[in-house]
Amino acid sequence: MPKRIENVGCPYCGVCCDDLVVTVSDDGKKILEVENACAIGNQIYHHATESERVRLPRLRQPDGTYKEISYDEAIDYAARVLYNAKKPLIYGFGSTNCEGMAAAAKVGEKAGAILDNCASICHGSSLLAIFDNGYPSCTLGEVKNRADVILYWGANPAHAHPRHMSRYSIFPRGFFTGKGHKSRKIIVIDPRYTDTARVADIYLQVKQGYDYDLFNAFRTVARGHEIPEEVAGIKREKILEVVEIMKNARFGTIFYGMGLCHTDGRNHNIDIAISLTRDLNDFTKWTIMAMRGHYNITGPNQVWSWQYGFPYCLDLSKRDIAHMNPGETSSIDLAMRGEIDAFFNVATDAGAHFPIEAVKELRKHPWITIDPNICMASEISDLHIPVGIVGVEVPGIVYRMDNVPVQYRKVIDPPEGVISDEELFERIYQRLCELEAEDAAKERVKTTAEGIPAED
Amino acid sequence: MKTVTLTMTNPPELYLEGQNITPDAFAGKTAAEIAAIDVWEGKLKSPLGKYFTVEGNGGATAAETRIILRGDCSRLKRVGQQMTAGEIVIEGDADMYIGGWMKGGKIHVKGNVDSFCGLAMEGGELIIDGKAGHHLGSSPRGEWRGMQGGLIRVAGSAGNDTATFMNGGTIIIGGDADIHVSTHAEGGTVIIKGNAKGRVGGQMVKGDIYVFGQIENPLPGFKQVGEVEQEVDGVKARFIHYIGDLGERHPVSKGKPVYGNIYTRI
Ligand code: SF4
Repeated sequence: MPKRIENVGCPYCGVCCDDLVVTVSDDGKKILEVENACAIGNQIYHHATESERVRLPRLRQPDGTYKEISYDEAIDYAARVLYNAKKPLIYGFGSTNCEGMAAAAKVGEKAGAILDNCASICHGSSLLAIFDNGYPSCTLGEVKNRADVILYWGANPAHAHPRHMSRYSIFPRGFFTGKGHKSRKIIVIDPRYTDTARVADIYLQVKQGYDYDLFNAFRTVARGHEIPEEVAGIKREKILEVVEIMKNARFGTIFYGMGLCHTDGRNHNIDIAISLTRDLNDFTKWTIMAMRGHYNITGPNQVWSWQYGFPYCLDLSKRDIAHMNPGETSSIDLAMRGEIDAFFNVATDAGAHFPIEAVKELRKHPWITIDPNICMASEISDLHIPVGIVGVEVPGIVYRMDNVPVQYRKVIDPPEGVISDEELFERIYQRLCELEAEDAAKERVKTTAEGIPAED
Repeated sequence: MKTVTLTMTNPPELYLEGQNITPDAFAGKTAAEIAAIDVWEGKLKSPLGKYFTVEGNGGATAAETRIILRGDCSRLKRVGQQMTAGEIVIEGDADMYIGGWMKGGKIHVKGNVDSFCGLAMEGGELIIDGKAGHHLGSSPRGEWRGMQGGLIRVAGSAGNDTATFMNGGTIIIGGDADIHVSTHAEGGTVIIKGNAKGRVGGQMVKGDIYVFGQIENPLPGFKQVGEVEQEVDGVKARFIHYIGDLGERHPVSKGKPVYGNIYTRI
């Protein structure tokens, strides 16, 4: 009898749908059916059992090919790279669980590494704005049950977060929003007329790169001052109309995506969006939320903030002091400036996401990829260590885009012998401790030889 | 005043962090003691003498100590960090955080500097003959009390995010400034002799900005209120006066709101 598993969390996007139903074959080896997931969520599950998986670590040979090695050998190799580097960078973590992130941080601290996550090239700018200006946010449940005005700015959930609109923002009938779509006003601001813009009541086609100016205009109008005839390609009347709608909302939410946090000015666009949200709270209730991309990219921000006080771009090279300053300690900047001498790509694909110049610079030094899949990063690595797929083969905690933790479960076992990110990092940590102890012993021998008695 | 000359003879493979290269740390030390001071290359802590040759002893106090840096220091960070007195001369380019958290004394860089120089400065003088990178005289991440005092003078252009959260002091840029000048500022003066690209004074509460050239994209939150004649950095000229950011909160003094000011030269 195939087994039906309910309330499964989807390990793809930041919406973290936890209502999936997965049917697994009799022997528990094959995923037969996935219900409730969108097309991309569906794909994650089928890919796990239908594709050819890497079952052993692979080490690059002098002739350029990969040779399979044991986990023990791979762990020793990885630990030595970290141990010998002056400034190793451990980056990624978009697609793993919080347990794996905490274990990786232990390794990072021991190795005196830079610890960074995909926020560095994604919503890191939002985090900077949050440091500077606070975060008047809420949960997705509050949006569903209360919001009557929704503003999507520089985000296209119709493609990037397929079930966001149906589960939380536009269509669901919540406690105080019983009429669903009919009782909600949808505003979309984007330079492109996206599929999300198609469902909007009001669409503002902001001139690309002028988001900050448009926010400035909204704020100026909200405080009762005059603005020019046209700002950022939008007519004054339209701006006045939107401000009126925002002021008269019962509960409003601004959802913004990379279209806002990665256009010119980056963190400042989010910063002023937060200021606008705060201003609107003089009139009614408004909240703001980042449309986080991967299902657990909020995770490392939470875990590392708890461990070190900073959500990303952590420089642990001084061991007892954690330092963070994106622009200096951010992965791309470090790579481009040639500040790194070893690179770990974990649960992401830096080979595909980083600018080619950064990849070339990093490739001058050892590059290790830790990921379940074959990706661009794994194919240019010196060492590729496969791990189980979180949410499919490995359970764990993930943080949804609204910073709500969700317990994910596994539906099948990983391929035989394949371990989890958490176990892998724990073992690298153990190996680092051993290397350190070996060196300390050698030091002792040296000192003894020079005639100073060893302490023990 | 005693002079300590550091010459970079063995440049680092990565970047060197020299937060201990200050008159404060060198004062009262001999050349040999200075050569033993810690510097960092990533996680590797080494004596300064591994990278530099050291000539001359420090003065009795920071105020009596001058440091001259020679050789290629373009991969050297944090020189003069938190210094309170004395003098540093960097003969060529330098990297990030030069004069960060500086409280007094003088730093003169004869080349270009990278980002975060004069970060959270409280006093003293930072003179840069070349260009400056981003976040010049800005506040550290998450800190809403930025530059408090002192003078930064850059002969060339500056990158973006100059003077974020500025509270006091003066920044003079000889060339152009990229986007975001005095964002969130609550005081202080920025003088741009060239052009400014845009987002000048966004979310600004108080403070003054002078632009001798053009502001390519002025913000809608600033309103023209008149014309004034003023002497700015030794130049007497007429300026158009704007107030703002009208979208931001403003304190009230003697019954009247206090605004940030932008002056553009006529
Ligand atoms: S919307 Fe996102 S979390 Fe939900 S099923 Fe689709 S990919 Fe998975």
